[in-house]
Amino acid sequence: MANVTLTINGKEVTVPAGTTVLDAARGAGYFIPTFCHDPDIPGYGGCRMCVVEVKGARALVASCCAEATNGMVVETESQAVNEARRTILELILANHPPDCLTCDKNGDCRLQDYAYRYDVRSSSFEGERHDYPIDDSNPYIVRDPNKCILCGRCVRTCEQVEERQVINFAYRGFNTKVAPAMDTNLAESACVSCARCVMVCPVGALTYRNLAGKARTYEIRKEPVTCTFCEAGCQFDLNYKGDKVLGVTARETGTGRPLCLKGRLGLELLYSDEPVTPMLKKDDQFVEVSWAEALGMDAVLKKLEELKK
Amino acid sequence: MVANVTLTIDGNQVTVPKGTTVLEAAEQAGIFIPTFCHDPELSKPGACRICVVEIPGARNLPASCVTEATEGMVVNTASPAVIEARKTNLELLLANHPEDCLTCNKNGDCRLQDYAYYYGVKQDAFKGEKHNYPIEDDNPFIVRDMNKCILCGKCIRMCEEVQGNNVINFAFRGFNSIVTPAMGAHYADTEISNCVFCGNCVSVCPVGALSEKAMIGKGRRWEIQKVTTTCPYCGVGCQFDLNVKDGKVIGVTSTNGDVNGRALCVKGRFGYGFIHHPDRLTTPLIKKDGEFVEATWDEAISLVAKKLNAAKDTYGPDAIGILSSARVTNEENYLMNKLARAVIGTNNIDHCARL
Amino acid sequence: MTNSIGEIADADFILTAGTNTFDAHPIIGIKIKQAVAKGATLAVIDPRLTDSAKLAQYHLQLKPGTDIALFNGLANVIIEEGLYNKEFVEARTEDFDAFKQTVAKYTPDYVSEITGVPAETIREVARGYAKAKNSTILYTMGITQHICGTHNVFSTTNLSMLCGHIGKESSGVNPLRGQNNVQGACDMGALPVVFPGYQPIGVEANREKFAKAWNVESVPDKPGLTVGEMVEAAGKSIKAMYILGENPVLSDPDANQVIHELESLDFLVVQDIFLTETAQLADVVLPAASFAEKDGTFSNTERRVQKVRKAIEPIGNSKPDWEIICLISTAMGYPMSYDSPANIMNEIGKLTPAYGGITHERLDVCSLQWPCPAPDHPGTKFLHATTFSRGKGKFQPVEHIPPDELPDAEYPMVLSTGRRRYHYHTGTMTQRTGALEVFYPNEYLEINCADAEKLGVCDGDKVRVISRRGQVELAAQLSERVTPGLVFTSFQYPDVPINKVTNAARDPISKIPEYKVCAVKVEKVS
Ligand code: SF4
Ligand code: SF4
Ligand code: SF4
Ligand code: SF4
Ligand code: SF4
Ligand code: SF4
Ligand code: FES
Ligand code: FES
Repeated sequence: MANVTLTINGKEVTVPAGTTVLDAARGAGYFIPTFCHDPDIPGYGGCRMCVVEVKGARALVASCCAEATNGMVVETESQAVNEARRTILELILANHPPDCLTCDKNGDCRLQDYAYRYDVRSSSFEGERHDYPIDDSNPYIVRDPNKCILCGRCVRTCEQVEERQVINFAYRGFNTKVAPAMDTNLAESACVSCARCVMVCPVGALTYRNLAGKARTYEIRKEPVTCTFCEAGCQFDLNYKGDKVLGVTARETGTGRPLCLKGRLGLELLYSDEPVTPMLKKDDQFVEVSWAEALGMDAVLKKLEELKK
Repeated sequence: MVANVTLTIDGNQVTVPKGTTVLEAAEQAGIFIPTFCHDPELSKPGACRICVVEIPGARNLPASCVTEATEGMVVNTASPAVIEARKTNLELLLANHPEDCLTCNKNGDCRLQDYAYYYGVKQDAFKGEKHNYPIEDDNPFIVRDMNKCILCGKCIRMCEEVQGNNVINFAFRGFNSIVTPAMGAHYADTEISNCVFCGNCVSVCPVGALSEKAMIGKGRRWEIQKVTTTCPYCGVGCQFDLNVKDGKVIGVTSTNGDVNGRALCVKGRFGYGFIHHPDRLTTPLIKKDGEFVEATWDEAISLVAKKLNAAKDTYGPDAIGILSSARVTNEENYLMNKLARAVIGTNNIDHCARL
Repeated sequence: MTNSIGEIADADFILTAGTNTFDAHPIIGIKIKQAVAKGATLAVIDPRLTDSAKLAQYHLQLKPGTDIALFNGLANVIIEEGLYNKEFVEARTEDFDAFKQTVAKYTPDYVSEITGVPAETIREVARGYAKAKNSTILYTMGITQHICGTHNVFSTTNLSMLCGHIGKESSGVNPLRGQNNVQGACDMGALPVVFPGYQPIGVEANREKFAKAWNVESVPDKPGLTVGEMVEAAGKSIKAMYILGENPVLSDPDANQVIHELESLDFLVVQDIFLTETAQLADVVLPAASFAEKDGTFSNTERRVQKVRKAIEPIGNSKPDWEIICLISTAMGYPMSYDSPANIMNEIGKLTPAYGGITHERLDVCSLQWPCPAPDHPGTKFLHATTFSRGKGKFQPVEHIPPDELPDAEYPMVLSTGRRRYHYHTGTMTQRTGALEVFYPNEYLEINCADAEKLGVCDGDKVRVISRRGQVELAAQLSERVTPGLVFTSFQYPDVPINKVTNAARDPISKIPEYKVCAVKVEKVS
């Protein structure tokens, strides 16, 4: 494959043709913030947090969508770039609850990271704020649309799951939100609780319900574990606080990785010190079920019982 | 011999020496009780009341940090009444606290935040009147944001009881209560304040009201590694933690040193900036025609060895003088002594201790 | 120090001599304040009204260079009034009679004449010191940086032995070390006459032991030169020098002369973290790693050995000093290699009895105060509990010796030098912190208001300080900290190289220069 050579922050960088400016810069050790960019589904370009200055270009360029070309000259932290990023952050924060105090994403939140890095306070714009109800209808996932920054990553990752397209953008302008069809709650939607949306959400808009209030992100140590229920071999994380496993979370999305609920529940049962109560949807209602049923082993067990008799 | 007492805390029997507080007894038994104003090294005002517990027979909920454990006492540290009291306490504090964790430098190591999370107290439960004090940052060492102060008084007691400078005290009452040097002066008005910028007050502040100025914006608490080491300045030998992020020293914070406890002086706490100063020598230099030129280690070392050997061969070992240093480690001084005596063969070795 | 720092807080009577403790050793200052808060009496001997002098019940504001007379005066009162510890003097000391004879003429009135301290104050302090349960003496450079520095030290020891205030908790004579590892540099044999652990080079058995351990035929027995002597001999008998982490151009007296001498060397190699004033004179400069970039140990002023831990990689191409020394030794034909400083410490322990039980592994658990001769020895909190190093404590009668250079008609004022709270040594590090030098950017000359008025100098005016050796210019600060006739500044600002002015006259025994007194004249720069 042909290579291209460009200059990033005064340093010459050579990358294979077709590489994005974002990947080229990150590969060279430079920092570029991103909200909407998903390495598994690149090329969306919605949030503009990743803008850089390209010599000769009319405006700042979204690096996650721009292909690196020969002779390109890029600045990743110029004044104009930082100014643009600050403005984006200010706009988002003007309409974001000041909730880090108790937010479960505190310590592992991109919005917070970048606000700290670019020193943007939430108070500099006092905008109109949303007051959406928190959706905790699903026993596994909590949705707080007030914290959503509309990056769309959840929407796009959900589309990757076959037959699913549970959530999408709804309404417009200030009222734009991400919601299941007909703006119902998750429980009433076709959501299968795989939680890949939680995995990709850069902020605290989507979180694991079973981990809520249990530990701050910086108290948690993650250790990878591979699911063995099916041959997909999805990757999950055991979340340790001290020597206790608080719960199991999805690690990587990736194509062909369903990250199904059954797999996650199985790992919960195997590893968690306080496993979640398994719940399944029956007649459009989540109800508590036995572990055997949750893991789809009812039939097998029945058969075993019969054989014993 | 001090007599022991045995009490029951949350159903566990705990035996402690007489005179122990309920808080200490609970800590000993591994039972968590939150505290704001209590510090083992300082006097105990029993003021903040976040540490309350339930003791049947006692009036109200006593503050565990100032209640002595007695024989047969039964203590409940997490009864509904206790939790309720703590939540109310936190709600009142938060009602008058800026919503600032987003960028606050204490985020991740803040007792107010810890307890709010632990007890699930949200900030908007009360929407109270808030202070709008200007942030005091007119000195290069310490930033004071009194909007975040929870009036625990630890800084006051640290400055008075450990540092002995009596810089700050409470002024005014009620909602207007504030911690300040005399006459509303700033720390930087040293003639009035008497502050010496030891930063010992910063080391005990449980929230983000007092911070090390140079650390602001340099790293979040959870990104920082701490390495305990010994101060490079005076002969007291204070111990402290170098705060490291991405291979850079971004600050110094107190540890519990054998000599100094948590106390440090202005040099030890705020004098680390030289480590990454651009003037640091980064490569060997050899003088050629009166000008220094950069050299490799091989070139420089072989030139030094050649010249020292030449001086020794021509004039004898006593033509060489070795100045070791009161700045470098014991191990290095030992090697200098060995180099002088065994390798060169002279006792011409000294250091600048006398100066 | 004979005691530990923590013990100071429990003393009943603290006598400090020539130590601006609150500025130079703030953490020890804290202990003094704690002791005072608990009811201890503090007496401060200092020509300047320092912060500790302000806190003290007694400020003995003596004329610079009259410490011996003052200490003899205190002893005189104690003996006259029968307040000395007869049991201790008899059991543990010798030569008391000679001492008694010497101090006999130092009556309070006579001493008052020499020192300027009121006779009654001398009496009260003497009584207080003698009668207290635990009395401790703290001193620093204000005692040692005189031509009679060694005698000054004797006079402090004499006083403590007289009252038996030594060899027990919170009682002793405690020199406070100015630099972080002065103690360690001395302990490790960076001295011209002793091996590590103060084992004299003059003793054959010692030389044999080290020669064998170091695998060389012999080690030299001829006493080496001190810093000052080496620098003076530079270009004469000394042809090459290797200077590590020191900046004698700024820290040594009579700086112009030092520069000239170092320039006349055939070869000078300087190893440091910055291109110091001294390094600029070198033929080769080797970049060293800072304390944050290496492992090792420092020994503090109370003999406490503590770990230094590597937090980051060496900056640029710099290397830890120990690695550089090994490279040089190896290149000189003596292979030296250690895989870590912990290994060097193991070798030190084998050769140095006081460090025999000290290893990095133990230090990772807690610090240790030497003597610590064995792996199971807990270390030693205070020295001389039952005997002195030489058996009985010997009184060393000493007489008042006036400073080498006294004010006269041409140079009518006395200049004294010292340290500032916000700075350290020659300022190489503290001028580059982004904080300390911002808060305290300029050096100034402390001058009494009366003197300033005579010279027509206002606060902030530029003045020139001139001695027989050189001159510097700096801003004046009108201050009651100094008495009329005395001016003070620090040696910590490269812009104010005060050692161009100071006197290189040295104590004949310790070879320490007389930084605390020299005659100057001050004029306004118009
Ligand atoms: S919920 Fe999260 S992932 Fe989805 S759009 Fe909002 S911020 Fe993005
Ligand atoms: S989502 Fe991020 S910025 Fe928003 S409250 Fe949570 S941690 Fe703070
Ligand atoms: S002081 Fe604590 S609670 Fe307050 S803003 Fe800072 S981190 Fe949050
Ligand atoms: S910095 Fe030190 S002296 Fe100043 S207020 Fe804080 S504790 Fe007191
Ligand atoms: S500044 Fe900090 S330590 Fe001082 S009273 Fe306020 S919260 Fe407590
Ligand atoms: S912190 Fe201050 S008192 Fe402590 S060793 Fe360092 S310079 Fe000395
Ligand atoms: S990350 Fe590039 S536009 Fe969102
Ligand atoms: S911690 Fe007990 S009252 Fe404050």
